[in-house]
Amino acid sequence: MLEIRNLHAEIDGKPILKGVTLAVKPGEVAAIMGPNGSGKSTLSYVIAGKDEYEVTKGEVLLDGENILGIDPDQRAAKGLFLAFQYPLEIPGVATMTFLKAALNAQRKKRGEEEIAPADFIRSVNRVADKLGISREMLRRALNVGFSGGEKKRMEILQMALFEPRMCVLDETDSGLDIDALRIVAEGVNALRAKDRAFLVITHYQRLLSHIVPDTVHVMADGRIVKSGGPELASELEAKGYADFAAQTAA
Amino acid sequence: MPAVQETVDRVRAIDVDQYRWGFSTSIESEKAPKGLSEEVIGFISGKKGEPQWLLDWRLEALRRWRTLEEPNWARVHHPKIEYDELYYYAAPKKGGGPASLDEVDPELLKTFEKLGIPLKEQAVLAGVEGARVAVDAVFDSVSVATTYKEELAKAGVIFCSISEAVREHPELVRKYLGSVVPVTDNFFATLNSAVFTDGSFVYLPKGVRCPMELSTYFRINEQNTGQFERTLIIADEGSYVSYLEGCTAPKRDENQLHAAVVELIALDNAEIKYSTVQNWFPGDKEGKGGIYNFVTKRGDCRGKNSKISWTQVETGSAITWKYPSCILRGDNSQGEFYSIAVSNGHQQVDSGTKMLHLGKNTVSRIISKGIAAGHSDNTYRGLVSAHRKASGARNFTNCDSLLIGQDCGAHTVPYIESKNASAVFEHEATTSKIAEDQLFYCTQRGLNEEEAVALIVNGFVKDVLQQLPMEFAVEAQKLIAVSLEGSVG
Ligand SMILES: Nc1ncnc2c1ncn2[C@@H]1O[C@H](COP(=O)(O)OP(=O)(O)OP(=O)(O)O)[C@@H](O)[C@H]1O
Ligand SMILES: [Mg+2]
Repeated sequence: MLEIRNLHAEIDGKPILKGVTLAVKPGEVAAIMGPNGSGKSTLSYVIAGKDEYEVTKGEVLLDGENILGIDPDQRAAKGLFLAFQYPLEIPGVATMTFLKAALNAQRKKRGEEEIAPADFIRSVNRVADKLGISREMLRRALNVGFSGGEKKRMEILQMALFEPRMCVLDETDSGLDIDALRIVAEGVNALRAKDRAFLVITHYQRLLSHIVPDTVHVMADGRIVKSGGPELASELEAKGYADFAAQTAA
Repeated sequence: MPAVQETVDRVRAIDVDQYRWGFSTSIESEKAPKGLSEEVIGFISGKKGEPQWLLDWRLEALRRWRTLEEPNWARVHHPKIEYDELYYYAAPKKGGGPASLDEVDPELLKTFEKLGIPLKEQAVLAGVEGARVAVDAVFDSVSVATTYKEELAKAGVIFCSISEAVREHPELVRKYLGSVVPVTDNFFATLNSAVFTDGSFVYLPKGVRCPMELSTYFRINEQNTGQFERTLIIADEGSYVSYLEGCTAPKRDENQLHAAVVELIALDNAEIKYSTVQNWFPGDKEGKGGIYNFVTKRGDCRGKNSKISWTQVETGSAITWKYPSCILRGDNSQGEFYSIAVSNGHQQVDSGTKMLHLGKNTVSRIISKGIAAGHSDNTYRGLVSAHRKASGARNFTNCDSLLIGQDCGAHTVPYIESKNASAVFEHEATTSKIAEDQLFYCTQRGLNEEEAVALIVNGFVKDVLQQLPMEFAVEAQKLIAVSLEGSVG
């Protein structure tokens, strides 16, 4: 579903991704772990198309199509979703308004009809209830004055509403209390499907005990330095990244 | 939000550099000779069959004007205006004033149709379900049609062109004209007093709540023509009216001058709500052409418990110089100013308000949202003052500026003068930018950049849009989106 080949990217002339190669199959949940500053968020931004990053080499294929040349909104319409590590605030724009505008923008780009208002409200309410998001919160301006955990939950709400096929989650677990973590993990698990894939960036085994990954990749200094099964996550939790840091330095 | 969606569709449908209202109508017109002189003023006054007192009033204004200098304190720059190169009067030809819509030149009606003006009553009904709008349309210098006149007359409301008011209701005009904005007020107001050509007149008798929204559309069509309309609204005791003006002008390479004067008078317990959607041609991408919009608008809360509220959505004009103000004379009177000023390209906006607290327990509220994009400059300039006797005066001011891109500027220039120790004035101001990260977040969710900007801007101006009558809020939202087109990417 998602294939990243020898991806190099830099910002202001500073190389950050130095040859990332990674494939995620339909139905798969892949986790990426790695020390602070190793380039995990950068990778997620490059996949989603943030234009400050210059891709100097490599490809990102979504369903076999190189998406590096197309705008972020087009990528979203093709079913790519990024849950941000730090979700942005949009003052004055009610969450409902934002959700509807975004959903319809995606639908239109796919040549679909706008969603009927009643269907829209029903869908939003359904996912909001599951994620413990109140109606009052949906009326508030998007992410404005939301707590860290509420913002993360709102990201999952959007993911559930848009039903993307390729979901990238950047540290969705950080800042969540235990109950919220469980709720978010359930939200993700409920979306697991044969034709949907996840790339979950996290620092903690904790999340991966709720969302059990099929594969775990370790990123260090802009590269994937080790890949394995779920056991790799526990190993990392026990030993830390020291070994990998040494590997890349060598 | 569907409105945003629709906006974007509309934007897509038109060429990027195309001012949507930029067509001109080929109608034979009758012009006064070029330039400004006693003769020209005599010509205008004669055309309108004005009484001697008004001609004298105009001539006095002309004399005063010749002694005045163009003001230079606003943060705007433009080449010298050659007042003698302008035409001060242009009327679409074809007999005298039309008595009914049937007599109006069909070309003209077509123009209004293109402007989307609900001139025909059916159109009004079709466009605005439940609500009705009476329209006075001013084309260059004359008022061409006023709808719903009869129904308004039944309620006792007078709504007509100012020229007609001079003929039909001279006692009212004579009593109130220039009583809020005196002939000598400022350079442009004085010029207007000398040469004003048409505009609207509204009188609400005691205790009458106007049964519908009143509205005027202004359009400058002729080349090298200034537009100098004069609007006078009087709300007698206990009455209420909501009034909206909209403005457009065709695309021209030359700059065109618009120097209007609006006077509002609210007597005891009366309320006037005055909304403006200003969309004069802003000039092209390089800053060529566009309207110079030098306007004096002032409301006088003359009676106790009276209220005047100004709402403006300013997206057009090459230069805007305008400060709709309230004189809070009556005790417990209230003044409000809600403003959205959008500038893009090379537009220059210097706008704001004055709230002059004279009476006791007077309250004013100012919410200003400036949005600057492109190479534009956007200044909020406001004065809040309390007179010695204005005990208990209160003001709340909030001015926010939003910058889009690197090359524009936003400035806030508040003046506060209080001569009464019990007056409480609060002032808040913020300047923010649309962050790249915010845009990226929105685009990741499927909105393109233009849709994202429109959405963020709508959020920014929401507090003010809510003050507009519903149907105009939607229109204003579209206008804002069109004006900001091409401001990113
Ligand atoms: N705009 C920028 N300008 C300069 N350096 C940047 C910029 N964005 C990221 N970097 C650098 O790129 C490197 C990778 O950052 P990135 O955010 O991708 O790391 P991360 O793996 O997500 O870290 P964390 O675990 O802390 O979230 C860091 O050294 C960071 O300082
Ligand atoms: Mg990160």
